[in-house]
Amino acid sequence: LSHGGGGRAMRDLIEEVFTDVFRPEGDEDQARLTDAALATPGARLAFTTDSFVVTPLEFPGGDIGKLAVCGTVNDLAVGGARPLWLSAAFIIEEGTEIALLRRIVASMVREAEAAGVRIVTGDTKVVGRGSGDGVFITTSGVGVIPAGRDLGAAQIRDGDVALVNGVLGDHGATILAARGDLALSTPLESDCQSLTHLMEAVLAAAPGTHAARDATRGGLASTLNEMAEAAGVTVELDEAALPLRTEVKGLCEILGLDPLYLANEGTLVLFVPEAEAEAALAAMRATPAGRDATIVGRAGPRGSVPVTMRTAFGGQRIVDMLVGEQLPRIC
Amino acid sequence: MELGYLLRVRGQVQGVGFRPHCWQLARRMGLRGWVLNDAQGVLIAVAGLRAGDFAAALRADAPPLARIEVIEVTPHRFDNCSAPGPGFEIRASGGPGAETRVTPDAATCPDCLADIRGTGRRAGYAFTNCTNCGPRFTIVTGLPYDRAQTTMAPFALCPACRAEYEDPADRRFHAQPVACPDCGPRTWLATRDGAEVPGEAIALAAERLRAGEILAIKGLGGYHLCCDATNAAAIERLRARKHRPTKPLALMAPLALIRRHATVSDAAATRLADPAAPILLLPRAGKPLPDSLAPGLDELGWMLPATPLHHLLSDAMARPLVMTSGNLSGEPQAIGNDEARATLGGIAEAFVQHDRAIARRLDDQVERMSPRGPVVLRRGRGSVPGTLPLPPGLPDGQVLACGGQMKSAICLVKSGRALLSHHLGELDAPLTWQAYQQADGDYAGLFDHAPEAVAVDRHPDFRASQHGAERARAAGLPLVRVQHHHAHMAACMAEAGWGAEDGPVAGIILDGLGLGDDGTVWGGEILLGSYAGARRAAALAPAPLPGGDRAQSEPWRNAVMRLDAAGLGAAADRLFPDAPRALLRQAASSGMNAPLSSSVGRLFDAAAACLGICPDAQGYEGEAAMRLEALAGRARDVETPRWDLAEGVETGTLDPAPLFHGLIEGLARGTSGAALARGVHLWIADSFARPARALVARGEARAVALSGGCFQNALLSEMITEALCDLPVLHHADVPAGDGGLALGQAVIALARRGADWKDPDRITW
Ligand SMILES: [Fe+3]
Ligand SMILES: [Mg+2]
Ligand SMILES: [Zn+2]
Ligand SMILES: [Zn+2]
Repeated sequence: LSHGGGGRAMRDLIEEVFTDVFRPEGDEDQARLTDAALATPGARLAFTTDSFVVTPLEFPGGDIGKLAVCGTVNDLAVGGARPLWLSAAFIIEEGTEIALLRRIVASMVREAEAAGVRIVTGDTKVVGRGSGDGVFITTSGVGVIPAGRDLGAAQIRDGDVALVNGVLGDHGATILAARGDLALSTPLESDCQSLTHLMEAVLAAAPGTHAARDATRGGLASTLNEMAEAAGVTVELDEAALPLRTEVKGLCEILGLDPLYLANEGTLVLFVPEAEAEAALAAMRATPAGRDATIVGRAGPRGSVPVTMRTAFGGQRIVDMLVGEQLPRIC
Repeated sequence: MELGYLLRVRGQVQGVGFRPHCWQLARRMGLRGWVLNDAQGVLIAVAGLRAGDFAAALRADAPPLARIEVIEVTPHRFDNCSAPGPGFEIRASGGPGAETRVTPDAATCPDCLADIRGTGRRAGYAFTNCTNCGPRFTIVTGLPYDRAQTTMAPFALCPACRAEYEDPADRRFHAQPVACPDCGPRTWLATRDGAEVPGEAIALAAERLRAGEILAIKGLGGYHLCCDATNAAAIERLRARKHRPTKPLALMAPLALIRRHATVSDAAATRLADPAAPILLLPRAGKPLPDSLAPGLDELGWMLPATPLHHLLSDAMARPLVMTSGNLSGEPQAIGNDEARATLGGIAEAFVQHDRAIARRLDDQVERMSPRGPVVLRRGRGSVPGTLPLPPGLPDGQVLACGGQMKSAICLVKSGRALLSHHLGELDAPLTWQAYQQADGDYAGLFDHAPEAVAVDRHPDFRASQHGAERARAAGLPLVRVQHHHAHMAACMAEAGWGAEDGPVAGIILDGLGLGDDGTVWGGEILLGSYAGARRAAALAPAPLPGGDRAQSEPWRNAVMRLDAAGLGAAADRLFPDAPRALLRQAASSGMNAPLSSSVGRLFDAAAACLGICPDAQGYEGEAAMRLEALAGRARDVETPRWDLAEGVETGTLDPAPLFHGLIEGLARGTSGAALARGVHLWIADSFARPARALVARGEARAVALSGGCFQNALLSEMITEALCDLPVLHHADVPAGDGGLALGQAVIALARRGADWKDPDRITW
């Protein structure tokens, strides 16, 4: 691929690979959007953006395209919004295989359909060899939060129950295994998936839900720390209740990593008042993305350490926000 | 107007019966005058010309807990208000900041022991004490140190106790925790649900212990878990319930009983009987006790009963007792009665409780004997809040140093003295973290400390470093980041009194892990320099630590990496057939959580694993190395194999390949594990002694300092010391060689850098 400089080759590329994906309404380079929900009194518009970089670009369970759709869709969904429209901008390194690009784009289209969103605008730039790492994708998303919904970490209350929709660390472990070329006996798969339907199911069953967040980079540990800080509460996890796949556990043991810090791409944590916890759990378990849903902890009153974990031995450990990479600390 | 002398006494002279001592001495010598406590210590005025004799007499039979550093005598002309009256009087404390000193808790003195074993009003009373003994630091709630500011405050003195408290001739004069059965705390036996069992607590406890039960017993600085040390089943139950499979358990017994199970040298006996009453590691000997007390080790940690309660229990039992910290795995000791029942209810069958609150957690101090005297492994009850003198030549200033992560302790420096805190523990447990923060405020209050700079380790994920950075930021103070092993070296130099102008030192720093300045993880270094700075002059050749901290708990990982590096991969395959070697090697070669490390702690682990010592998992930090040392100790009469030294020994990179070739060939030849274990120690000792010796020979260093956690290994210490026999060698004694001593090094380094570094706090220096 050699398509820099905006010349003919570049136009060919855009025509060939991307036009199907970004089909602005009409010929203008912008989307003109209408939706009934926008006119509903009390409804609010949600708008988010994220950039995606991942090595390798394709991994078991997904690729950077699927990731870019799910990531932005999930950002909207956990805020209580119904995701509607996405934009996608690509930075492509010269030399990237066309076939790979086609697969990525096809994957985006598939995932957008599954999540019930349309990719309505986009852009591509090609940079010289060495100026990028294959493909970078930025997606932005617009959704509508129906009237009466107000999810946010600040709403979390002492006594709320913390639930997750599935096993932890699959995405992070998959990427690590793929990068290290590790000969694992059982292959791992990323949990990369859209959470739109799951969120709608939970909010229908447990309308009093206080907050949700997808536990992406930094894993459940970092997400909970951010949420607890924002809410001014503490969170205590129950180590025995953490849903972990045996393969992920095994890989973490070998690599000496803590699955609580591994990235997820289709795992969210919810804070629900105790009275609605069972309903939320049942609703999650009834959806494909929530089959392994479980209660992992509970919010408590403000304290000196935001997140702790009750260990299998009955002791308590601090669950930190990591400053840097996990460096050994034992002397 | 009258002539006389003023005597200024400095040191540990408050709260130890020093004023009544003066009073009694003056009366005996027929001197007029007065004595008072002030911010600097004790001030004495005597009229007449025999003041010189008085100073000598003060020193000659000072109270047992007093530590006189200096007595300054100046001639004085009394004015009307300072003039002595007709006799000698004890005056009220003088001025602000007076009576700021709190002394360490002290074991029951012989007089009080006689009281509780006698027939008087304190017969069998568990809270008997006097000016020469009893709790101090563990009961203080505020300053000045006075009964109202201790956890004895709720107990009003009865007339008999008050009379003793107010009589300067009595050994309970101003003993703040003085008490008797009529007015003091009481003790009882409680069930798990808190119900009091009717009857005499000690007798009930002894009966249950003899029956094999596990009890939680409230001590000075926290709860202990206790069982009969001769009952293997009870020990096994305690271990299972505490999730502590192999970590050694401390023992308590009177000296005569200890002698039946251990070799007790005269020096060790003296140390055991010190008012500090530490846990002392002593070689097993005589009548064997269950191996499960310290699996694979040939020493057991012993202490004498330190309080009347423990004496009464010991007397009633007449057999050694396990006395281990009353905590859950990884957490600090319980101190509250309800807390203890809540946290230890799954371990202990009953609780010996009392109604005197514990003001702060304080673990027992752990020591080991060396040819040079006792060496502190873990600082605790009996040592703190004592201070240490700083070496000469450092700038003056107040510094707070925050210590490390795993064996955290803080250090406060002020006016030429350092206050190194007790062992606070691993900062990942919320309770320990709270205790750490409390200690920071606590010691600052006791020491009247206002830091001008904060020193921390360079590791960004040490909670202690984050705490220090936060404190510095909040107060607008310079933050001095100190390289881990430079801090170890400086701690050793400082405690040995090496002056800032005494010239460069070669520090042999053999340790677990510390963040190096090159992004790798250090732990086997020769550093050359002094307080202000040091450079790495030699180091163990690095190897990957696959799995980071996991490599510490699973010695086989280090063994595979070291064997591979030595070209002995096939041997690794043979020695660890069931371990996931392929995955480990892939992870290491792709650099996934496999930082390079020169750690000698991990080198010991690797060698131990080759000899079959807990290759899969260590039950506690340092287990493999401690068992390797114990194994080596069993080879006294065997010739120690002497393997080639590292190829790079002259160039500064110590490659341990010859060590592993020696081990593997020895194993193939059938050499005993004990001899091979000795060979490992000797190789490490010689490999590091040689470059250090060369630095001294070339005049680049004037002495050799030995520090880092590996120097808690007595055999290694003695082998290196022997290899350096003709050189000046600096050793640890009161300050732990491991991370418990780190904060002292950080503090003196920060002091030495007063100036440029303090003005430019963002500069990362080490
Ligand atoms: Fe260290
Ligand atoms: Mg975003
Ligand atoms: Zn006494
Ligand atoms: Zn009394």
